[in-house]
Parts: sequence; structure tokens; C-alpha cells
Amino acid sequence: MSQLFPIKVTVNGTVYEREVEPRLLLSDFIRHDLGLFGTHVGCEHGMCGACTILFDGEPVRSCLIFAVQATGHEIRTVESLGSPEHLHPLQEAFHEKHGLQCGFCTPGILMTVVPFLEQHPHPSEDEIREAIDGNICRCTGYEKIIESVQAASEKMSSGKQ
Amino acid sequence: MAGKYFGQPVLRLEDKHLLTGRAKFVDDIVIPGMLHAAFLRSDYAHAIIKNIDVTEARKHPGVVAVYTAEDLGDYWKVGPLQVPPPFAIKGAQFNARPLPPIAKGKVRFSGEPIAIVIAESRYIAEDACEDIIFDAEPLPAVIDLEKAWEDTSVLVHDDLPSNMAALVKQEAGDYEAAKKLADVVISKRFVADHVAGAAMENRGFVVNWDERTQEMTVWSGTQAPLPLRSAIAGRMGLVENQVRVITPYIGGGFGPKVMTSQSDDVLLPWIAMKLNRPIKWIEDRRENFLGTTSERDQVHHCEMALKKDGTILGFKDVFYHNTGAYDPYGMTVPLNTQTHTVSNYRVPNFSTEIRMVFTNEMVVTPVRGAGRSEGVFVMERMMDLAAKELKMDPAEIRLKNLLKTEEFPLNTGVIGQDFVVGVLDSGDYKVNLEKCLEMVDYEKFRKEIQPKARKEGKHLGIGVVAFTEGTAVGPYEGARVTVGNNGKVSVSTGYSTQGQGHFTVFAQIVAEQLNVKVEDVRVITGDTGHFHWGAGTFASRGATIAGSAIHSASVMVREKIFATASKFLEVPEDQVELCEGSACVKGHPEKFISLGELAGKANPMRGAVEADVKPGLEATAYYAPPHCATGSGACAMIIDVDPETMMIKIERFVLVHDCGTVINPLLLEGQIQGGVSMGIGNAFYEKIIYDDNGQLMTASFMDYLMPQATDMPKKMEIGHNVHPSPLNTLGIKGVGEAGALPPSPAFCQAVEDALYEYDLDITESNLNPCMLYEFRNKATKR
Repeated sequence: MSQLFPIKVTVNGTVYEREVEPRLLLSDFIRHDLGLFGTHVGCEHGMCGACTILFDGEPVRSCLIFAVQATGHEIRTVESLGSPEHLHPLQEAFHEKHGLQCGFCTPGILMTVVPFLEQHPHPSEDEIREAIDGNICRCTGYEKIIESVQAASEKMSSGKQ
Repeated sequence: MAGKYFGQPVLRLEDKHLLTGRAKFVDDIVIPGMLHAAFLRSDYAHAIIKNIDVTEARKHPGVVAVYTAEDLGDYWKVGPLQVPPPFAIKGAQFNARPLPPIAKGKVRFSGEPIAIVIAESRYIAEDACEDIIFDAEPLPAVIDLEKAWEDTSVLVHDDLPSNMAALVKQEAGDYEAAKKLADVVISKRFVADHVAGAAMENRGFVVNWDERTQEMTVWSGTQAPLPLRSAIAGRMGLVENQVRVITPYIGGGFGPKVMTSQSDDVLLPWIAMKLNRPIKWIEDRRENFLGTTSERDQVHHCEMALKKDGTILGFKDVFYHNTGAYDPYGMTVPLNTQTHTVSNYRVPNFSTEIRMVFTNEMVVTPVRGAGRSEGVFVMERMMDLAAKELKMDPAEIRLKNLLKTEEFPLNTGVIGQDFVVGVLDSGDYKVNLEKCLEMVDYEKFRKEIQPKARKEGKHLGIGVVAFTEGTAVGPYEGARVTVGNNGKVSVSTGYSTQGQGHFTVFAQIVAEQLNVKVEDVRVITGDTGHFHWGAGTFASRGATIAGSAIHSASVMVREKIFATASKFLEVPEDQVELCEGSACVKGHPEKFISLGELAGKANPMRGAVEADVKPGLEATAYYAPPHCATGSGACAMIIDVDPETMMIKIERFVLVHDCGTVINPLLLEGQIQGGVSMGIGNAFYEKIIYDDNGQLMTASFMDYLMPQATDMPKKMEIGHNVHPSPLNTLGIKGVGEAGALPPSPAFCQAVEDALYEYDLDITESNLNPCMLYEFRNKATKR
């Protein structure tokens, strides 16, 4: 398993050229090779959604694909949103509505919701529930996550006007 | 009690780092030269170990070391127990079988570690596990709790005469005498199903031994940093100040992370010292299901004696409690069951017996609810049976028997997990239920909504239950509050935090006393280098126990500010007041000294300090309760059942709760909602299943169903009652586990009510569609 393959991946706008084992999971590559620890790993079998990242703009579970499959593709992680000093409106809404507790599942939820809100700028509550249904949160009971997404949609659409 | 900060919906200080991916969790710790560990775990549930051949694994490129029990020499020692046996209870019998560091001679559950590989990467360590040849002679697995108790059962521990882990009987009043006076006696067998804690972050452990300073640093997602530090020091023969345990951000706890005697806790410090290399071990989800701890899993035989009018005369409960293969956490869970079976109704005669049994399953320790869920479940189910038998309304029989507020404090006569006799401190249980019935429109539902739905062919049912939550158990917690030279305040406590919002609520408590901004209070939790006394995070004791200690320390610092400022402002203490961030002369805000400057003055570098004055604007305080504070509540649920598919929809969910004084209403709601989602999960989705061979059938999120967003009710309607606890200055009671307690019994009652054409008799706490279908098939049609 020691044969290494060269890959070239754009992550959060930065191009990374690395040599990796073909079996290296994309989640491990992002976390341990690139040191982007915001992407969390909760189950490694694609069920919990904590490791969700954007792969060419689509939400993808980074534990279910290999780093080599990402070569030539563009990835975005939670680090591409806001900073503690300047939160993204979605992050701001989660802060204001108490949409997180332990925060471990949160990056995956944010990266699921970013493209969802792009496609559904005025989502209904049911649409939000459906959108985050693949992300497990053990702490919140989801209600405040849904309120957060609703609040974010309002913030973001009013910002565009 | 609401103040400028205390009682306000202050937004969380910890959020911004978590939201931006900057918060550091245990798997984000990187130390140069760090090695990685992986465990080989037994596939057999019960087997005699013949041979573990690690020759090939040791040769595997990148592998640094492989250890089995044989390689540990004298370091292989079981235990000690994390929680002592309950010898405060007269006649209690307990067979201590703490966890071994790693299996030796025999494996006792599927998932028990049998070897550990240390390698340059986790991938290599896992590869090398595959190279290990494990030769074992399988034995029949002990799975069924009641059969395991019998003398003829196969033994989990060969040196014991039976599988009895413990036998504890407690009696308040005289049940048998009460039974003779009863008009009706009902009895029933119940199963409280087995569930997982399933925090989204698995367990993890990073250790670094610094040979030059002779100090060990451990980063762990533990709920019990100080017990972990003491346990490591004890095992390694180090004095406590040579071991520092740091809890980074923790991705949820829910109970199982309270363990300090799992294989990783025991082996990694020893191996790190031996190899003189830092080591990381991160549990994967499969290991979390197989090898960490889980809870519930009890079988109850209940009996209730009543008068015709529904008055309870007595309750008897003999229950089997699965402790798994070992019992490192003592009897915390079943004792909680005993104290919560009878806790909110007037039951003058109560007889309760725990039969704690060893099985070939993973170890059972608290999971949110922690034994209370089971007690509440069986009591509420028995109330439903009593109501049916006496043709009473389920709400009516409850209202009739709920304790009244003037009866508190009430000594229950039953000793709990804290080894003291239970006292219900305060509350108004009747008002909880009345408010809940009002919120759910109980009358209207019975008289209008339900009849109309039935006419339309819909199956709508309602469940109403009541509960208490024993919170804030001892022994104690402590904290140190210090004003810094920049005027900001630091707080350290040994308590650890897993997402509850302690960084914020603790800061609110301090800010209120010192009149500083909440964001100027920096809280450090669970770092033994900063505060080295404490018991850990469990039993809803953070805000109450650690919070009370923080409050006391803040009051002491406040007094010190007044005393010090009075000297520098040259006015009597009663002429000093706190302006934001400074001390000033009353009525003369221009005459002030900032808290930062005052902190410097309180720590002079030259000159004489009075003998009894301690340096700095700093104080340390502790809080120890005499017994727990009782949270209480009531819950109503309206469920729509599809009688074809047995799928359910929660139409309404109402919960009224009393946790005393509220520190932060926003975070309180979050705590309740989270607890409720776990309760709903336990009621309909989540179930740990072992087959007869002791194989875990539910070792992934594909088989162990976690509640998802679409499974939740549209809105959890939450009402509050506030009866401050008389036990602590702030009047607070805990709330962490409350939400998880009532859903299962409310759910059962609602389902029975919904499927009204059948005489359903639901006796299990977890009802997936298949279970529900079976119960309906067993039922007679009315």
C-alpha cells in the first residue's frame, strides 16, 4: 500500500500538490495532511454528515471518497466561510439562534446548508428539515438549527437586495 | 433573580470558534514525533484465550510496538473501581470486577481489546492488527439477564459462584402490609431497552511524556479530568503534579466519556513512557459502539397496590440490571433507577430490589438519563395500567397521587447514587402537570379533537406523564476566580464541558457579581494544570455544583475588591460601588480605580502585605450539597399512528419543567430540546441489540438509528415553573437529563391511546414499527 500518487487539489482557493496513498480518505487528507481541522469525522461510514465538505460546489461526505479522487477538483471546507472576527451570515445566525451545542456536527451542517441556501433562498421549514436530514446532531434536537437556517436565509436574502 | 447578566439569554462565548472550525478537539492535537495506536478487539463475546501471535504484526513496516496482556508484566492490574460499592446501604452485596487493562486469559465481550499496536500512522496500526493471529476457544455467551441470574447459567467470571454483580434491597414503609389493605394489586414485567450515548465525537486520548521534566500531559475528551489524572498518576506511580490532563473542546459526552479505566486510559500513558514518544488514539465509530459503554437494559417485575379511588398504597419492584462484563462504575445506574421509580408520587410503602448481573456485553455506565429513565418508565407505565384497571383518566390518577409542594423537603428513605438518603427538596409537581395539560389542551383533545379524528379514520393518541430528575449530586466541585492586570477575569474549574454552554453560564455568574462584561470573563474548564480538584461532569451538576462554587468565589473576590478599593479611594467600604470594569466612589463615578489597576495594587512587589491578606484579587471556593436538588416536570405528547405501516408522527410535544432559578433561558431551552430528542430516539429509533452469541447487531449508524431532523416534532412547546432550590444560594437545579426522561412512557401511553381498537399492552421502552406491529398482533381487538 505504500505506492504514492501525485494529486493536485484546490482547497479553499489554495492549490495543494501532494503525494498520497491511494487509500487515504479525503477527510484524513483535509484534516491531517492539510491541517484543516474544521472538518470533523463522526462515523467514517457516511451516515452522520459531520465531515461534509463542498466538492465542486456540491455537499459531499469526505469520509466516503479518497483523496486521489479529488485531484483536479475544487474543495471548500468550513474554514472558507467566516472567521471568529467576521462570521459568515450563516454562522452569525447559528450563533444568534443557539443552533449549536458541542459544535462537532456544526461544520458539516454549515457546508450542507451553504449550497442549499444558494438553491433555495427562501426555504420553508419542511425544506430545511429535509435538507439537514442527513446530518446527525446529538445535542440540539434540531429545532434551533432549523431556526438558524431560517434566520440565515432572511439575513442573506436581505443582504442581496 | 434575573440581573444584568444572570438570567439573561446571553449568546454563547464559545460559538465563534466552533462555528469557524477553529475550536481544538482531541483529534486536532498534533505533537512532533507522535505515534498512533489501534486496538485489536475480540470478535468473540466469550472465549478462553489460547494464544495471541503478534510476530507478523511486529515485523510490519512502520510498526513500533505491539502489546498484549503478557507484555505488560506487573503493570497489568485490574481496576481500581471508578465508583465505590454502595456499602452505605445495609445488606448491600457487591462483587467488584473492575475493567482489566486488556483481556487476559479470557475475553468477556465482543469488542474487548486483546492487543494494541503502536505505529507511525493509524492506517499502519490498523493494517498490523490484521496480522495478529488470535486463537481462542469460544464459550456460550451470557446474554439474557434473567437466565444469567440463575445458578445454572454459564459464568462470566469463573471465580464467582454466580453472575450476580450486586444485590441491593431497599424498603421504605412496609409494602407487604400495604398490599393486604389494597383493593387492587397489579403486576407487570417491563423491559427498558439498551441504548448508546453516541456523542458525535468518539473518545480520544493523546499523551506526551516529557522525560526531561518528568511530566506527562494528556489531552482527552473526558468528562472526568481530575479522576482521570489521579487514576493515571496512581497507576504510573507518579505524584499528581506530574500528570496534567487537559480537556480540549469535546464533541458531546452524554455519559460514556466519564470512563477513566478503559484500555486506552490505562495502556497509553505506560506505553508513551516506555517508548518515550507521544501517542494518539482516536476511537472510531465501530469501536464506540462495541467497546465503549452504553446504558439502560433492565428487566423489571413491578407490583402496585392501590385503593379503589386510585390512591397508591405501595409499590414493589424487583429488577435485573445488566452491568455488562465488568462493573467499574459501581451501581450508579441502578441506584438512580431505585430513587427515580418512586420520586414524584406519594408512595408510602416501597420495596425495591436490584439484581445486577454480569453478561457478555459491553460495560454499562450512565448515558443521559442514567437509570432515571428506567425508573420513570416503569412507574409511569404502572400508573397507566392502574388507570385502565380502575377506569380512571391517566391524568386524573396522576394528579391524585402527585406529591404536594407543602410536603417538601421530603425524605424518601431510599439511598441513591450519592450514598445519602434521598430528599426531594422543592417543587410543585401538580402545577407542572396542570400547566402541561393546559398547554396541550387536554380536555379539548379528549372531547373534540380525538373523537373527530377517529371519525375521520385517524389514529391520534395522547400520553401524559410526570417525572423528577435528581440533579446536582455531590460530592463537590470548586473554582478559582481571578481578576487579571488587564481587568479581565479568569475562572478555572475542574469541571469539564461537552457543549452545554458552561463557558457562557459560568461567565454570567461571575459577570453579575463583578460587574464586568460577560465576554471579559475567560473560563477554563477541565484542565488539571489550572484547577486540581473536582469530580467530573455527570448528573446535571455543572451549573448547580460548579456554578455555585464559582458564585461563592465571585462573591469573595467582590468583597476583596471593595476592601482593596476602599484603601485606594480613601473612602469606607460602604461608599464603594462597582461601575463596569472599575470600582468607584458612590455618586462620584469620576473617582474610580479600574479593576485591572486594582488587581496590580492587590499584588505589590515590594513593601509589607498584612499577614492575613492573600495576594491578588482572587478567591477559590467549593460547593458541596447535602443531597441532590430535584428538578421536576410533566410531558404530554400527541401522536398520529399509521395502523398499516406503524409509522408515527409526533403532532404535539409539550414539556413543562422546573429547574429552579434559570441562568440562561436560551441555553436552558437548548438543553431540554436536546434531551427530548434523545428521549424520542430512545422511544422509537435507538436500540442496541445483541444476538444470542453476544454479537452486537447495531455497531454502526446504519443499524443504530439516531433521530434525524425529520423525526422531530415541528415544535417542542416548553413551559417553565420556577421553584428555586433551597440548597444553594442561586436556587438552581440541574436540567441536563430532564428532557430524556419522559418521552418513552409518554410515547407508549399515546400509542396505546391511538390504536384504540386494540387492547394494547406495551411493556418495552423502545417501539420501532416492527415492535409496535408485534405488540398489536399480540393484542386482542376490543
